[in-house]
Amino acid sequence: MGNEYILGIFTLAGINLMTVLGLSLLTGFTGLFSFGHAGFMAIGGYATALMTLNFHWPFIPSLMVGGLAAALVSAVLGKVTLKLKGDYFCIATLGFGEAVRLILDNVQTFGGARGWPGIPHYTNFWNVLGINIVAIIILANLIHSRHGRNMIAVREEELASQIVGINVFKYKMISLVISAAYAGIAGGMMGHYMTFLQPKMFSLVKSTELTIIVIFGGLGSISGSVLGALVLTSLPEILRAFSSWRLVFYGLAVIFIMISRPEGLMGGYELTPSSMKRLYRNIVSKRSKAVHSAGGDK
Amino acid sequence: MKKKVLALLMVCMMIVSVGLAGCSSKTETAAPAETASPADETVKVGWMGSLTGDQAVWGQCELNTVKMLFEEINGKGGVLGKKLEVIGYDTKGDPQEAVNVAKRLTTQDKVCAILGPNASGNAIPIAPVLEEAKVPDIATVATNPKVTVLDGKVKPYNFRVCFIDPYQGAVAAGYAADILKAKSAAVLYDVGDDYSQGLTEFFEEFFVKKGGTIVAREGFKTGDVDFRPQLSKIKAANPEVIFMPYFFKEVALSANQARELGIDAILMGGDGWPSEQLISMAKDAVEGSFFVNHLDYEDPEVQDFKTRYKAKYGKDVELNGYLVHDAVLMFVDGMTRAGEANGEKIAQALETTDIKGITGRIKISKETHNPEGKDAAILKIVDGKYVFQQKFAAE
Repeated sequence: MGNEYILGIFTLAGINLMTVLGLSLLTGFTGLFSFGHAGFMAIGGYATALMTLNFHWPFIPSLMVGGLAAALVSAVLGKVTLKLKGDYFCIATLGFGEAVRLILDNVQTFGGARGWPGIPHYTNFWNVLGINIVAIIILANLIHSRHGRNMIAVREEELASQIVGINVFKYKMISLVISAAYAGIAGGMMGHYMTFLQPKMFSLVKSTELTIIVIFGGLGSISGSVLGALVLTSLPEILRAFSSWRLVFYGLAVIFIMISRPEGLMGGYELTPSSMKRLYRNIVSKRSKAVHSAGGDK
Repeated sequence: MKKKVLALLMVCMMIVSVGLAGCSSKTETAAPAETASPADETVKVGWMGSLTGDQAVWGQCELNTVKMLFEEINGKGGVLGKKLEVIGYDTKGDPQEAVNVAKRLTTQDKVCAILGPNASGNAIPIAPVLEEAKVPDIATVATNPKVTVLDGKVKPYNFRVCFIDPYQGAVAAGYAADILKAKSAAVLYDVGDDYSQGLTEFFEEFFVKKGGTIVAREGFKTGDVDFRPQLSKIKAANPEVIFMPYFFKEVALSANQARELGIDAILMGGDGWPSEQLISMAKDAVEGSFFVNHLDYEDPEVQDFKTRYKAKYGKDVELNGYLVHDAVLMFVDGMTRAGEANGEKIAQALETTDIKGITGRIKISKETHNPEGKDAAILKIVDGKYVFQQKFAAE
């Protein structure tokens, strides 16, 4: 009953999660803030749709092309902007995201601002789930490798990591390219879920929303990103009952959670089988202690 | 530690409530008629549109109109002896939300038809959802041709009550060339807006066909408030008519600035113009301007509805109200002829709609699902009032 709707929300959450995972690597693990990831999504989305519609490629290879297209563009962008320090990089990405949208608005081949309808409906809950699982495994392995530790070092102290011999520029670049590829794939899935692409869908608001999800979930935590994407994508739907006040409550809910947990939902912790076991043991031992002391009072 | 557990609990609760939200909550239901009828005798009809965001004024007016009309219909005994109930959801004008809403309406609330949305960008992506659920949708002011027809194939469950962009562009161009006898025109348009791009394209095409020349074509970006650079260029080109195919807020700003720069060309626009705000923001600047509209506000046909709406809500009806009024008429007619509240049957019945609405005769074409030969009204702004000029059909 109503599965279609719930699955639809989870599919959207999964699509958002794909970009958020990439962004988590860039922002959470490498310490670079981006406000232009909707631009990478747009590039990926349009490239994927181009492959399936005009060249009749199957879905998964087309998605790869979409991811690759976004990665290539990000490499060029990174080459020119990654030398910028701190906030300047953030502003450059912001400009990039808006530029992509405005260019697409005016390229009539893809329908311009009126959008591109008639994209085949390939994305469903199951392939989004599959792609996300693969993406999480790749990301988790990357972060636990030497490269991942180098990225974290760059995040923590750029100068010091340079002194110990880490090629800061290279790791920033890898991080940006991977995150753009993730965003590109997400854009492709989005286009084939909506069967419609419109530059309006990839506005600055979308980029900010994605960055908010990463911070909301907790910087430097993959499971935080997963939770963040699930919660923040479904929240507006849960709040439907409030009708026109919906977005006010959405904002309030986000503010409330950020105040009560400024480090984000997971705050750098990971939810893995072993950490869950530890958490369970902690709770149990505390309770048994409490029971024990209560008994002692008698 | 405690904090962490708390946070985890909170997250779990939120995820669970997604599921719960699915099973419960019937928001925005119209107040049922005095006598509560058994559940099996109500027919649920969906509505979607912007209740938040920059087009909220129109969306709220649409939903209010639907609620009012359903109450009136229920008061008279309903349709086929059944009461109508509207379930309205906000899309914030976002295509993603529109897809969510369409899924929710068709699979959770099990509506038999959907009214709205008003934006073409929202009406296009919901087509596959409608086809899967076999529920028809009647869009209100979605004027992009691709809402109902894609690659020469009509979408079986998408309908609309308004005319389309090529027609509107042709009417504006035809009126400028034939009636205003303009030889040169300039276009100022919003490069980031689908509606604006569409109208610009068709206006230019038809104006040139009529033997006129486009002397300037300047774009701005959604959200811009300063149009002086573009207007200065337009002034240098010295057109007789300036076509402004965008929404009232920007129209008011750009019209004021054009007059400040000393441009005295006639301003023309489309159905994005009519709004009380346009007059209050730029009464003098838009004086003597013309625009294409779906109806004439002073038409005796619409007076009754106008007064009923004003009496109930204390506000004036916006343009969308009139169109959703006709969408309701079209739905009621379709359901009556279908004989039951079944989406598939209603869709079939809608294909042969031929009714008289307050915005004109609505005769749906089987090939395009658009109302055929609906005349556009040309309105002129005189002393801050919209004065009807004539019905104008483009060849």
